[in-house]
Amino acid sequence: MSGGLYSMDQKDFDQTLDLTKVKPYGDTMNDGKTQLSFTLPVPCGDEAVEAAKQLLKKMGFDNPQVVYFKELTDGFTFVNCYGACTHTVDYTTIHVPKVESTVWSMQETDDFIREHIGRKIVVIGASTGTDAHTVGIDAIMNMKGYAGHYGIERYDMFDALNMGSQIPNEEFIAKAVELHADALLVSQTVTQKDVHIQNLTELIEMLEAEGLRDKMIVVCGGPRITHELAKELGYDAGFGANTYADDVASYIAQELDRRMNG
Amino acid sequence: MTEKSKLGLDFTKVAAAKQLAKQIADQVQEFVDGYTTVTVERTLCRLIGIDDVDENGVPLPNRVVDALLEAGVLSQGVLYFMGNAILETGANPQEIAERISRNELNVTSLPLHPLPEIQKAIQPYIEQCLTRIKGNVAKRNEYLNTIGEGPKPYLYIIVATGNIYEDVVQAQAGARQGADVIAVIRTTGQSLLDYVPYGATTEGFGGTFATQENFRIMRKALDEVGEEQGRYIRLCNYCSGLCMPEIAAMGALERLDVMLNDALYGILFRDINPQRTLIDQYFSRIINGYAGVIINTGEDNYLTTADAVEAAHTVLASDLINEQLALLAALPEEQMGLGHAFEMDPMLENGFLLELAQAQMTREIFPKATLKYMPPTKFMTGNIFRGHIQDALFNIIGIWTHQGIQLLGMPTEAIHTPFMSDRYLSIENARYIFNDMRSIGEEMEFREGGICRERAKTVLNNAIELLQEIVNEGLFTALEKGIFGDVKRPKDGGKGLAGVVTKGENYFNPFIKMMKERW
Repeated sequence: MSGGLYSMDQKDFDQTLDLTKVKPYGDTMNDGKTQLSFTLPVPCGDEAVEAAKQLLKKMGFDNPQVVYFKELTDGFTFVNCYGACTHTVDYTTIHVPKVESTVWSMQETDDFIREHIGRKIVVIGASTGTDAHTVGIDAIMNMKGYAGHYGIERYDMFDALNMGSQIPNEEFIAKAVELHADALLVSQTVTQKDVHIQNLTELIEMLEAEGLRDKMIVVCGGPRITHELAKELGYDAGFGANTYADDVASYIAQELDRRMNG
Repeated sequence: MTEKSKLGLDFTKVAAAKQLAKQIADQVQEFVDGYTTVTVERTLCRLIGIDDVDENGVPLPNRVVDALLEAGVLSQGVLYFMGNAILETGANPQEIAERISRNELNVTSLPLHPLPEIQKAIQPYIEQCLTRIKGNVAKRNEYLNTIGEGPKPYLYIIVATGNIYEDVVQAQAGARQGADVIAVIRTTGQSLLDYVPYGATTEGFGGTFATQENFRIMRKALDEVGEEQGRYIRLCNYCSGLCMPEIAAMGALERLDVMLNDALYGILFRDINPQRTLIDQYFSRIINGYAGVIINTGEDNYLTTADAVEAAHTVLASDLINEQLALLAALPEEQMGLGHAFEMDPMLENGFLLELAQAQMTREIFPKATLKYMPPTKFMTGNIFRGHIQDALFNIIGIWTHQGIQLLGMPTEAIHTPFMSDRYLSIENARYIFNDMRSIGEEMEFREGGICRERAKTVLNNAIELLQEIVNEGLFTALEKGIFGDVKRPKDGGKGLAGVVTKGENYFNPFIKMMKERW
């Protein structure tokens, strides 16, 4: 169905990289080649293929190709497509807010805490609200850690408590007060219908209402969390996909140092 | 088992392991026999025909049991007071429950009849219930004998839209693509509710409420698509959490086929009180056993918190304990979907061989069980392309080692609940491999002294050592020490302990004996 092994397309476009006009790269600079797959709620057939192509055009793809299509069930057609993106972005003007800390190893972080904080940092973590998933908070906190990155429990200079899943915000805050926590880690994994936003917002509101917000470093994490979103919701930092205990531990150590020692 | 072990397993060791597990299960059972719980009693309400909710939406089984609890007489059991109320009022259980809910009747203040009379009064309702459940078993068998079923491993997919009517669309699509088992994921947090919601529901987070009406709606839809496809489609739900036996009862009444049913899972991952849920589990497994329901256990979850290489023996040890606990509830081996999983780090050298050894070992140790094999989740990263390959390796082991239920992995695991197209890709992946490698298990042997044989030997030895430890301290103490999944759970901690009640002198529950003896 595709055009054969070797591309015979004419490459009559400018093939020099211009960072003010970036577009996807297939095998030639500025070819814009993009792969997509989606399902259309229409019966399988030529009309479905044509519908997918028209949609690709509207999305801004030239030369739309439907390389595979398949009926999933009555009235639903799955397509695999390629197209050449016509849009560009200006890479040179992009600014993404990031957690501003240096990522250290466990040893480096422990050493830093010994020297600058002089005591163990108390951290409490939980998967709050109705979220029953512990995989995120476990990856960050548990002794074993995740993918070779040891969790915060293994650090000498952290006193870490992982409260587990489905912890109500009230209970979480009560525990934080009881243990004089320096930092709170909130994990949100299940994010259907944006329930995580509601839950994260509630925690900040409750902390503020009790006058505790500034007394602790409050951090959230999860597959749908970005630092930008976290800041917007009133958190000190947010950790998304592909971040590990090292990222979180180094940040907390450095942020606490900033707060304590200026 | 007469067949020689392909892995060179020492079956005298396997027998020793099963003997240890039996000792652990017997210890638990000794405890369980002395108690009932609020949900066990609500289950009895449901089984004798009490359904519906009051004007505030509270289920009538809760109203009845709460009334006895408040009067401080729940230890005598709901059947005692119901049987007595039938004799006094001439009304049936549903009518009595409705009067209780309208505060028109106090069943604890009625004159009490002698126990044998009470038992006789309730007996017709018990037999009526068992007849209905037997009818469901017969209906399932009729389907299996006429339209038949897919080959094992059964392809198991989940639907999780939150809306039962949307679930139906997804489930039927999945069945048409080749799925044999449809699991309707429950809404987040339902396991912690101490009541079962009522009616058809369209709002849920990460899943759909388990209600009897939702069971009925999905059962009907799967029968339709099964008849159309010429293949019986099994329905799976979650018989776990604080309403474990009630869900079992609802499933038995509505002909569910597969139920997650594992107290250890609830203890470790939902922080449900160990005493409460082990008592609940006993009755729920009796019901599931009687109703022909395949139970699934949750050992795979240990490997989401503990390491799959280091903790492999804890999975085996727990499977062995779960087998013995199920046998005590008269649940046939064929209905045991003991759980294990493909969860090793994909960067591990020869990880595939360790997974293969584990799966083959599990197969040989539980030869009749409908083993439930769980796909990679922990090391699914969002790289859907590598994820699809991880799922393919998992499928190879599934067909190679004759797993019973293959829970299909989705390339988009860790990103979102599956799209319709994700399910299609996963089913296509499994069907391709199952067909392409159908007889590989019969063709291949494991080299003596090789990685697989040595690994299986080590895991079995470690499991025996662990079981010995648990025999010495008891399961409750072992749980307190964090023996499974690195999670520590005290005997008196967690949710639901307040719902545990000692059985009193008039307590009776004829379902236990009648179901175990297959009335």
